[in-house]
Parts: sequence; C-alpha cells; structure tokens
Amino acid sequence: MTEQAARTKRSLLPWPVLRQLADGDILGRGRSVRSRKTDEVEPRTATADRVARSVCPYCAVGCGQNVFVKDDKVVQIEGDPDSPVNRGRLCPKGSASKNLVTSELRQTTVKYRRPYGTEWEELDLHTAMDMVADRVVRTRRDSWQDFDEHDRKVRRTMGIASLGGATLDNEENYLIKKLFTAMGAIQIENQARI
Amino acid sequence: MAEAHPVGFQWVVEAKKRGARIIHVDPRFTRTSALAHQHVPIRVGSDIAFLGGIINYVLENELDFRDYVVNYTNAATIVSEDFQDTDDLDGLFSGFDPETRTYDPTSWQYASEDDGGEQHRSQASTSGDHVEHRDTAAGMQHESHGHTASAHPPRDETLQHPRCVFQVLKRHYARYTPEVVEQVCGVSPEDFLAVCRAWTENSGRERTTALVYSVGWTQHSVGVQYIRAGAILQLLLGNMGRPGGGIMALRGHASIQGSTDIPTLFNILPGYLPMPNAASHQTLTDWIDSVRNPGAKGFWANAGAYGVNLLKAYWGDAATPDNDFCFDYMPRITGDHGTYRTVLDMIDGKVKGYFLLGQNPAVGSAHGRAQRLGMANLDWLVVRDLFAIESATFWKDAPEIETGEIVTEECATEVFLFPAASHVEKEGTFTQTQRMLQWREKAVEPPGDATSELWFFYHLGRMVRERLADSSDERDRPVLDLAWDYPLHGDPEQVAAGWGEPSAEAVLKEINGFEVATGRPLSSFTEMKDDGSTLGGCWIYTGVYADGVNQAARRKSRHEQSPVAPEWGWAWPLNRRILYNRASADPEGRPWSERKAYVWWDPEKGEAGEWVGDDVPDFEKTKPPSYRAPEGSDGVAAIEGIDPFIMQGDGKGALYVPQGLVDGPMPTHYEPVESPFRNLLHGQQANPTRKEYRRADNPLNPVPEDGRPDVFPFVFTTSRLTEHHTAGGMSRYLEHLAELQPEMFVEVSPQLAAERGLEHMGWCHVITARSAIEGRVMVTERLRPLRVEGRTVHQVWMPYHWGQGGLVSGDSANDLFGISLDPNVLIQESKVGTCDVQPGRRPTGRALRDYVEGYATRSGAVDEVSTPIVTASSDAVRRSQEAQDEGKDQHAPHQVEDQ
Repeated sequence: MTEQAARTKRSLLPWPVLRQLADGDILGRGRSVRSRKTDEVEPRTATADRVARSVCPYCAVGCGQNVFVKDDKVVQIEGDPDSPVNRGRLCPKGSASKNLVTSELRQTTVKYRRPYGTEWEELDLHTAMDMVADRVVRTRRDSWQDFDEHDRKVRRTMGIASLGGATLDNEENYLIKKLFTAMGAIQIENQARI
Repeated sequence: MAEAHPVGFQWVVEAKKRGARIIHVDPRFTRTSALAHQHVPIRVGSDIAFLGGIINYVLENELDFRDYVVNYTNAATIVSEDFQDTDDLDGLFSGFDPETRTYDPTSWQYASEDDGGEQHRSQASTSGDHVEHRDTAAGMQHESHGHTASAHPPRDETLQHPRCVFQVLKRHYARYTPEVVEQVCGVSPEDFLAVCRAWTENSGRERTTALVYSVGWTQHSVGVQYIRAGAILQLLLGNMGRPGGGIMALRGHASIQGSTDIPTLFNILPGYLPMPNAASHQTLTDWIDSVRNPGAKGFWANAGAYGVNLLKAYWGDAATPDNDFCFDYMPRITGDHGTYRTVLDMIDGKVKGYFLLGQNPAVGSAHGRAQRLGMANLDWLVVRDLFAIESATFWKDAPEIETGEIVTEECATEVFLFPAASHVEKEGTFTQTQRMLQWREKAVEPPGDATSELWFFYHLGRMVRERLADSSDERDRPVLDLAWDYPLHGDPEQVAAGWGEPSAEAVLKEINGFEVATGRPLSSFTEMKDDGSTLGGCWIYTGVYADGVNQAARRKSRHEQSPVAPEWGWAWPLNRRILYNRASADPEGRPWSERKAYVWWDPEKGEAGEWVGDDVPDFEKTKPPSYRAPEGSDGVAAIEGIDPFIMQGDGKGALYVPQGLVDGPMPTHYEPVESPFRNLLHGQQANPTRKEYRRADNPLNPVPEDGRPDVFPFVFTTSRLTEHHTAGGMSRYLEHLAELQPEMFVEVSPQLAAERGLEHMGWCHVITARSAIEGRVMVTERLRPLRVEGRTVHQVWMPYHWGQGGLVSGDSANDLFGISLDPNVLIQESKVGTCDVQPGRRPTGRALRDYVEGYATRSGAVDEVSTPIVTASSDAVRRSQEAQDEGKDQHAPHQVEDQ
C-alpha cells in the first residue's frame, strides 16, 4: 500500500477499531493504530544534541545512565546498554531521574529565613556565601578549644557540625573533610553512619 | 533486594535461570520472596540466633570446607586460656567492667607463641581505653583493616586442641539448636533445616553460595555482629574470595561506599586512617604506629606512607619532615562526636552552626522529634538540596509546630537553603556498592544559582582563608597553610570573576596521589613514600588516575570484555573486583575446581611464576604459594603463600575476632533493646555494651516485666518501597513516584487487624514512647504472626519515606524510634522496636504529646525506672570481671616492658 493509499484508507475508517478489523490487526499493535502524527514522531534519544554518560543517583547498585541533551536541556535519561551493571535497565526511581533533574519544584535561588522570621526571603548567591563564611569564621572563633578538660591539646571547634548525604561525589567529600579538618571542625558526619 | 535494589536483583533472577536456589529470609513477604524458592519469615532482631543455628549445623555435622578452613581461616589458632565464653558467664564474655559497660579484650587474645602466657605486643597494644574505643567507633578502621593480631600465633591444624578457634566456636554455637531457632526466631525446624541443607550443599570445591544483605542489617544494636555471623558461616563454607560467593552488602545510596572510603565521618580520615584522638595520638609516630601495628602481618605495615601522603595532600608545601608533615595541625577527637551525640548537643545548646548536605535528618534519622528540636536550637543552619525538604522548613511546618514545641516567631535559627546541582549537572565519581568508582560526565549546567558541593566548599574555603589572611593566630595556620589551589573552569565570565567551578578531575588526581616533583600520578599505593616526595589523599584509591588517565571514566562495553568487566570503571584496591581472591585457589595455588577457577598460580609465567586469572590477583603477583615467612618477620614479608586475607594481622579469615570489636569475639544472640521477649539463651538481655543516651527526651520502651501489662506488645520494623528513596527528598517531590506510592501506610496481618479492629484502607496509628504516627491500614498476609517462646508475636511493617513536605505527605516512621546505638560503629537501632497499634487517627496538637506521654508512663519508659542494661547475674558479672583481673596480673609485666 502506498503512503497515499494508506491515508485514504484511514480517512475512510476514522474509528481505529474498524481499521483493526479491516486490517486483521486484532491486537491493535500494527498499522491500524498509526496516524500521520505517530509516523512523524521521532524518539528524543535520536534527536538529542549530545549524550552524557552518567550514573543513577538513587541506590548503590550503580546503574549506568545515558543522559540525552537537546538545546542544553535534559530531554531523556535511559539505562546504559553497555553497562555490565544494569545492561540498559533502570528501576522506577532511576527511570524517574529525568523528572528529578527537570522538576519545577527544584530550588534555583538561595532562600533565607532570618531568626524569628515567618517566611522565606530571597538572597543573592554571593551575598549568601559571604554570610555563611562570616558565620563560620565567627562561630569557629567563639567556640574554639585549644585544650580539653584534661588539658590535652585538641585545637578544634565543637560549635560547627555537618551531616552529608551519600549522594555526594568522592571529590566533594574529599574537599569537605579537608576543609573542615583544617578549620578544626570534627563533628562531620554522613548518612553512612545512619 | 527486588524492592530496594531492583536492577541488582536481575542478577539473582539470572542465577535462578541457571539453576541457583534462592532463599529469602525476611519478616515480610516481598517482591523478593515472590521470586525466591523459599521465603522464611523471621522475627525481627533474631538473626544471630538464626545464623548461629546454621553455624551449629555446619559444625555438628562437620560440613565445613575443611581444606579452606584449616589453611585460610584462624580455625586452628589457639585462644588464650583466660578466655571465658557467654555460656559460662550468663551471656557475657570475660573481661566485662560493669561500671563502664565495656570489655577489656585481653583475655580474648590468641595464646602467645610459647603458650606461656605472654602476649604479643600487637595483641596487647590497644587494650587501653575501651570506653574511648566505643565512643570513637574505632572498629570502623577495620573496614579495610581487619583485626590486629600477632603474625605467628600458635596453631593446631588438626583442629582438636580444646582452645583452638574451631573448638571454641563449636562450643559457643552448640546451644543454637533447631529447637532454639524455632523458639527465638519463630522459624519452624523444617524451614530452618531446608535453609541449612541448601546453603551447605551449595558450598565447597565445586559450588559457592552468596550471602546478600541490605544495610538494614547494620541498623541494630548488634549490627556488626549480624554481619560477623554471616562472615563466620561464609568462611566455614569456603565462600569468601571466590566467584559466586562472598557477602554482598547492598548499600542504599549512590556513593555511600565512597562516603566511608573518603569519609565525611568524625572518626576516620580517607582510606580508613583514624582521626587522631587526644588520648593516644599526640605525635605523628603515635598515630602511625596505632595503624601500622608493628608485629602484625599485612599491608597496614606501610601506614606511615599512607598517613604522610594524606598530610602532604592536605598541607602541601607546608608539610615537611621537620614539622612531622603538619600532623600537629590536625584537630583531636576525644570521644563520641557522632551525629546522634551532636543532635543531643544541639538540644543542649552546645552546637551553633550545622550544615546539611543532601541529607534530611528531620525524616531520615531516628527520633525525628529530637532532630527537629535540635535544629530549632541552632544559631544558623545551612541546607543544600534540590528541594525545600523538611529539614529546611521545620521552623514553619514541623510536627512540633502543631504540638506547640516549636513556635515560629520564637525560633532563632537562621536558615540558608542553597539550591544544589543534580547528578547530571556536575562531574565526579560515585563509588557503588562493590567498591567500583564510576565517573559521571556533566550533561548540562545547573539551573539558576544551583551549585555543586565542590563549588560550595571550594569557595567557602577560599572566603574563610581570605577573612583570616592577616591573622597571626596560631590556630589559623592550618587553614592558611592548606593546599587549596584547584584549577577553575566552566563559564569564562564566572572563572574571570573568581567564581568558577573547581576541577573535579584535579581533585581526583590529588586523591590518587602523585610525585611532588614531577606531578606524575602514582599507579599503586606501593609507590607512596613516607618522606614527602609523594602525596595522595586516599591511599586505597591510588591507581584510579594511573598513567594520568581517569580510570573511573572507562566505559568499555560489556559486550567487548569478560564478565568480570575490568575495563568498566575502576574498583579499589588496584581494580580488584573480588577481594581476597587468592582464596579462589587451593593452598598449592590451583583452582579449587575448574568450575570455580578465578585466580590461580601459573608457575610458567614470568621469571619464576605469577598469579594470573580473570581478575587482578589480590596478592603479591610473584609470591608463590610455597612462600613461608622468615622467623620474626612482620608486615608484607610475613604474609605467607597461603595467607589470602592480606589485611588481617595474621593473614587468615577471622572466625573469631581477638581484637577490634567492642562487644565480643563471636556473635551471640541478644534481644533488641526494645523487645517483648526475654533472652532465651542468657540472663543478659540485650547487648551490654551498646551506646545509649539516657535522658528524658530519649525514652526507650522497657522490656515488660512479669505481671506488668504489655503497653507496647508488638514488634515493628521499617524498610523501603521500590518507588521511594530514603527520607523522600529525591522521590516525594517527583510526580511519577509520588503517584505510584501516594500515601503512608501500615502493614498488619489479618490476625492483628482482627485483634485490634483495624480496617483495610482505614486509618490506624502506631505508638511508641517517642511519638505516635498515623497511616492507612494495609491488611495483608505478607505479614504472618509468629510463634516465639511459646506465644504469638505480631509484627508491623512500615515504609519510612514520608514527611510533611513534597507532593505527597504523611507521618514519618523514624519518629517512632529512640536512639540506642551499636557500640562498634555508633549506628542506631532503627530496624526494630516495640509499639502499640490502634484504629483511627492519632490525636493532634498538644493532645498528641499527652497521649504519647501517657503511654510512656504506663509502660514505665520514664527515666527513673528504665530497664537496666546489665542483666546477667551478679555472680556472672563478678566472674567476668575477675577473669580480666587475673589476666591483667598475668600479663602486666610484659605490657610494662613494652612501654
């Protein structure tokens, strides 16, 4: 059947079930359910500008992900078929990771709640960084301990603590521990304890 | 596994297709059970009794893999005659001090070489401050470390000596009969023996069995000993270091393995080096020697190089041999600074500033109310996350707002919520659950002001250094001398303005290590020098940047390489995919069987033979199986050709652990801290050495005494749903996942539903001494009441993903738990507790607190009358302590000599 003939046939039988009967496509998985629109659809994976090779951020199995990008936006995330870990598969969470990274609920600006405040306020990123740096320096100074109660040298602050998630990169954890250790902050913890 | 690690579970299904038998031991019937050959429902918190029963079955019937056990484990090693077991001491081991509730492990040690009572220095050296050992979770150093023991303890390879480990183990587990398993675990002898038979019949030369656990196992007051019990069984059956065997910890977060390897943990530094403590690490030499452990075998002997390379990576040019590589710059720990201690200190006003980095303790940590009250009492809080999670918004919508315990207008905490970059908006490595690092490419720029942690901490460090630049205060030297010079890249405008993205690849290269003079990346930690000529941030990761190539970024298709897939990512150490794989060959270096060949000795290879095979051999490449250590050797030279466990102090797999564990050399069954049952085996009810914080805001449900009405009669546990992730920060805000699992629910058996009048899909609430939470009732046969100690016990199951935020909200199951911790690693017991369940919704407002406090008072869960921790008979406590004192007298002269 030519393309022209197919279109004619469709227009004569607008109800898909009639086309199914006419074509003998009982399961409705063949030509009878196609339309011009579906013929024109291309997978987002085929039209992407580039693919980044990534890893699923949920559990620790470490499934490979292919992240498809078009116009600098993530348009699809799929399991990496080359990966010996997951052979292209993803679970419901991994499959939802495009939803995770493109969600409209994501925070994109710094929110600030002042002491006793009842609502969030917006804060410029660099201002917020300045404010945090000031607080770190001040708290460290105010809570500095050269010696403990047994007169043992400890050179630390017990005023600053941190709890990190386990979706941090190794490189990030490395810098976090390095900086806090140099600053004398020791209450540095991670989901790994939990 | 099918629920929480579905894609990993495909390999179980694959194995099943090839004929493997799948057994699922779980209180609840899940998607895993649905695909298993056998589902064994078990009482939550009774796993050591169950595994102990299998160990007993193996030993009684002599089903152990004897050639493996004699050569590769410490079965033959003779234990000190001072050691006394739980059978003799009502559930305690020898050496217990009831004042501090810690053990002095001196009596647990191996007998000395001349068997005359003197201990090797390596065994005696760390039996010092046991409270500190617990408080600093010092056992964690043993993750890649193993226990420290002398290199050449006396052995009886016939395994007949009454004090050899094999016989000690046999006596210890003799009580764990099928009848005891039935009484304690609620597992029928038929079910139990079927597991025993399947496991043993599928182990040996020709076959191997894998033990897979998810990390709920670690969330018990005896969590480390659960895993130890698994390790004993797998060693007895010869399943370690062999293909198809092993103990697979299914960790729950993308890089939780990485987060311990390169820790953000208070007690360890990268590569499991200990954080220096004020008591015993005042000098570089003290610190190094505590790791190096002179006198023991293995690769920790080079700890001096690992430590110096870390210091050099931290302080760069400032770190020189003359100033002990700035060791003095290190802050010192003095005890328990774990996350739960810190939260209680927040409530007490001792902590001022707190960073939460992709973590949501308001929902994800045990005792959510304590978490939120702690945050409400800070000066400032920085939250970095993708979404406005509960830990960022507690000041306006925590459950405590409703109860009046937090009043927004009176809460002084200043909160910064920074938007974080997602996993596709930055580059870097995750380490997955099998120690494999995989590099992620950056796909797109983060939206708006979202930034990576790398960006945040690099610039925070830069800004703090700028603020301190003119300081002459000695305390600021470690900050100012820090090697903090990372190349910036990304948006040229941002780079020009000084706000560029630091290069993750440059950080990875520093982690890997390089020659200081030339910048040449190191290929192996064996190239690390202790003179400052090399630096490297994490010795176990050395090799990930070998030859200047980012090995973690390798993506050779699985179709183009062997099933071991050595060219996909990179696994530590040195790209070994199965640890201790020398054990996959027999003592002569031949595969145990053709079917299970993996790594073997090829005498024809190289100059005089080499280890070869499918994986990188986890053994010195040219050390032949016939190598025997020279008299008096230690370190790497002392590892013999038949010592596969190269990080252990004696080179052998540990059936019995003479040192390094706070709560005993062998797992023994204790009841969970909250249990409706008395310990059937001993007077000692629960782990006597557990870490507890006894305070009014941390009440624990008491074990009911005879005659007292059971206020909290049921056992509850929690786990994950396939469709949600942990505290929900990455799933409750997503439309698809929120729709798939929209609401908090409570699973109960039809029998419990009938007993309490619970209606399917109606409301119910669950009560403990900490809180009451509500959810929809799910009446299901997935949960079955069990018969334990002659009575019926109902178990209740809940997911723990909900909080008040997100697209779908609900009460948080972690609010039900109190804080009591495993003494070895300070992880909370949050997989088992006792509770009541009632139909209908919970009270709201202040009435909720009154309701919960009413329960607590009725149960006796108030501070003054809380259950005693040491419940062994006073006679047993005295004898345990005396055994220690005798041991001390005997060994004292030698210890003094050593100092």
